[in-house]
Amino acid sequence: MLSHLRPAVVMIVLFTALTGIAYPFAITGIAQAVLKGPAGGSLVTRDGVVVGSALVGQNFASDRYFQGRPSATSGPDPKDATKTIDAPYNAANSVGSNLGPTSQKLIDRVKASVAALGGSPAKPVPADAVTTSASGLDPDISPAYATIQVPRVADARKLPLDKVQALVADNTRAAGLFGERTVNVLRLNLALDAASGGSPGPAASNDAPAD
Amino acid sequence: MTVLGWLQIITVLVAVVAAAVPLGSYIAKVMSGERTFMTPVLAPVERVFYALSGVDAKREQGWRGYTLAMLAFSAAGLFSLYALQRLQGILPLNPQGFDGVAPDLAFNSAVSFITNTNWQNYGGETTMSHLTQMAGLTVHNFVSAATGLAMAFALVRAFTRSESKTIGNFWVDLTRGGLYLLLPLSIVLALVMVAGGVPQTLLASVEATTLEGAKQVLSIGPVASQEAIKELGTNGGGFFNANAAHPFEGPSAWIGMLEAFSLLLVPVASVIAFGRLVGNWKEGRSILATMGIVLVLGIGVIYAAETYGNPILTGLGVDGSAGNLEGKEMRFGQALTALFSAGTTGTSTGSVVAMHDSFTPLGGLVPLFNMLMGCITPGGVGAGLYGILVVAVITVFVAGLMVGRTPEYLGKKIETREMKLAMLAILIYPPLVLGFTAASVMLKTGLDSLNNAGPHGLSEILYAFASTTANNGSAFAGLTGNTLWYNTTLGLAMFLGRFAYIVPVLALAGSLAAKRRSPASVGTFPTDGPLFVGLLLGVIVILYLLQYFPALALGPIVEHFAMLAGKAY
Repeated sequence: MLSHLRPAVVMIVLFTALTGIAYPFAITGIAQAVLKGPAGGSLVTRDGVVVGSALVGQNFASDRYFQGRPSATSGPDPKDATKTIDAPYNAANSVGSNLGPTSQKLIDRVKASVAALGGSPAKPVPADAVTTSASGLDPDISPAYATIQVPRVADARKLPLDKVQALVADNTRAAGLFGERTVNVLRLNLALDAASGGSPGPAASNDAPAD
Repeated sequence: MTVLGWLQIITVLVAVVAAAVPLGSYIAKVMSGERTFMTPVLAPVERVFYALSGVDAKREQGWRGYTLAMLAFSAAGLFSLYALQRLQGILPLNPQGFDGVAPDLAFNSAVSFITNTNWQNYGGETTMSHLTQMAGLTVHNFVSAATGLAMAFALVRAFTRSESKTIGNFWVDLTRGGLYLLLPLSIVLALVMVAGGVPQTLLASVEATTLEGAKQVLSIGPVASQEAIKELGTNGGGFFNANAAHPFEGPSAWIGMLEAFSLLLVPVASVIAFGRLVGNWKEGRSILATMGIVLVLGIGVIYAAETYGNPILTGLGVDGSAGNLEGKEMRFGQALTALFSAGTTGTSTGSVVAMHDSFTPLGGLVPLFNMLMGCITPGGVGAGLYGILVVAVITVFVAGLMVGRTPEYLGKKIETREMKLAMLAILIYPPLVLGFTAASVMLKTGLDSLNNAGPHGLSEILYAFASTTANNGSAFAGLTGNTLWYNTTLGLAMFLGRFAYIVPVLALAGSLAAKRRSPASVGTFPTDGPLFVGLLLGVIVILYLLQYFPALALGPIVEHFAMLAGKAY
């Protein structure tokens, strides 16, 4: 056993140097040099201000914006750091609800969400509108969920319905072999702000990877 | 289920096999010490490794020496990784200012990463410093996979040799697997991932001002470099808590597909390398066909169950056409999610693009059963190959009993000693999985960790011990594992699931290597055709389905009927 001690320790040190230091630093160096945008988190800026990442969902509560899916993430309570409170789209602590299909908690939560959207068995709501995502940070919604939000957003913004519906269509990802038809909520809302004129600024720039 | 969905699944599987054929030849060369096109670049590095560690690459080891070397290396990894986590608070590259990891959690995580399990009782972005992620966790993503590969090819060598006292040199196998196979593949994959949106930076977080004026802190870091080896090495430990479901680990359907491809690639290629090394590619084909049948059946069941959805929710006024979307990400879709979930548990990867805890009961049964089989379809890097070869040894024995002949596999007679060792390995799993599960449901501390009540609660615990024992690492993540009880017992399950399994396997290798390799005769039971595939499947069903059926009946199966009856807990 003792004869194996030296190779055991030396091999750990060598592999640490190679795969734990050299490899990640080399990848970081190359990525920062030639793929700066995606390597930095695909940030979206507007008027020089970082407004989020094209890949990560953010919390929208106002009627003026399209809203994402419910999110199960939480964060520390600002009043008492030892407690946690619901903090949707907390991108520093990704988590799903982990509620199973027969969980009463899940059923109660979905029931409340369906009621809030005015759904019923006769008039069902899109599933993504009432279910939480795996990460709590899903950036996308289904075109169906976007469509049921159009009247609310158009009303809050005093925009014609068809104009808002057209924005949804413009921001719907086309279906290919891989990937679903989805709407990126942040991109849609940026387009919405731009179309509303006046309210915040010119079109956003972003350095996200191409889809 | 849609045609397009199946087309996605088939495309990925065909691509895996297409890439595995040339990669399998390459692996065969690497593990035989032959020259490859990478030799001019890597041989100097390889020589430095041997020189500094005082290894004579030409000197082979018997199975005892090989085993001791592997154990010594794993022990060195265990201690250094434990120390690194405990000390991260005072070490550099800790931009988030995290404290050292608590002792029980550090033990659990260290065992988890040296055994290629990568079970995580912590959230990466809220616990581990960049130094721990890179110089600790990423390193063990490489070396635990290389260790698995080494052990698999030590067993393969035992079949190919005749009356040999040695089965190879562990240090050489470890070094060559890490240097020639895992490192180059990871470099390529990591860069492709960055291009696809996976971050790679030394920053800890970025602050954004959302459109509504709120602050959003985005956790970030050297993600791509770890993500690449996490899939290629069938490790599965995520940089973030939500693993590959996090938009920074799995930014698009394309990257999700690439990850599913990557986690299946080396296990499948290893089987092809096995076929080449034993001198009959059809032997590899029959093993691969068996693995493929179980894998594809599993994908089909998950896909069907998840698109069927949850009738309880549909009854509340939820449109059922998209299937069960709780715990799923929109960009991946149901087909890719099913493929990934079956693949990640059929291998011992354990990374996830959806929360398995929120799957429908039958959708969740598949990952669970894949792990109860010990992750052999197609299994982890190396671990899948030696795992299925052990089952193959048992299969030829059963076949031999049926026709009254001395069983033989690949020219080696399977006798009492080999059978005892194979059974010893196989029998490690049930007491660990069922014993620890039973203890947990009887203890208050075990039940306090549950996130779900009723049969789903039992599934959460059973899943945890199935996952850790088989060194998978995926979770029904509602279970709060970061308690003294679970940190300790899950740690033990991972440790024994790896080492108490592999020591008999290496002893089996030693025993087989010492035997004469006899040429096939008319009386030899053929192991390269459909008959053997059928028998192997039969043995898998008898060994595992019957063994675990009572536990499964109390968990996912009863929950399925509860769901159909509209009963909630």
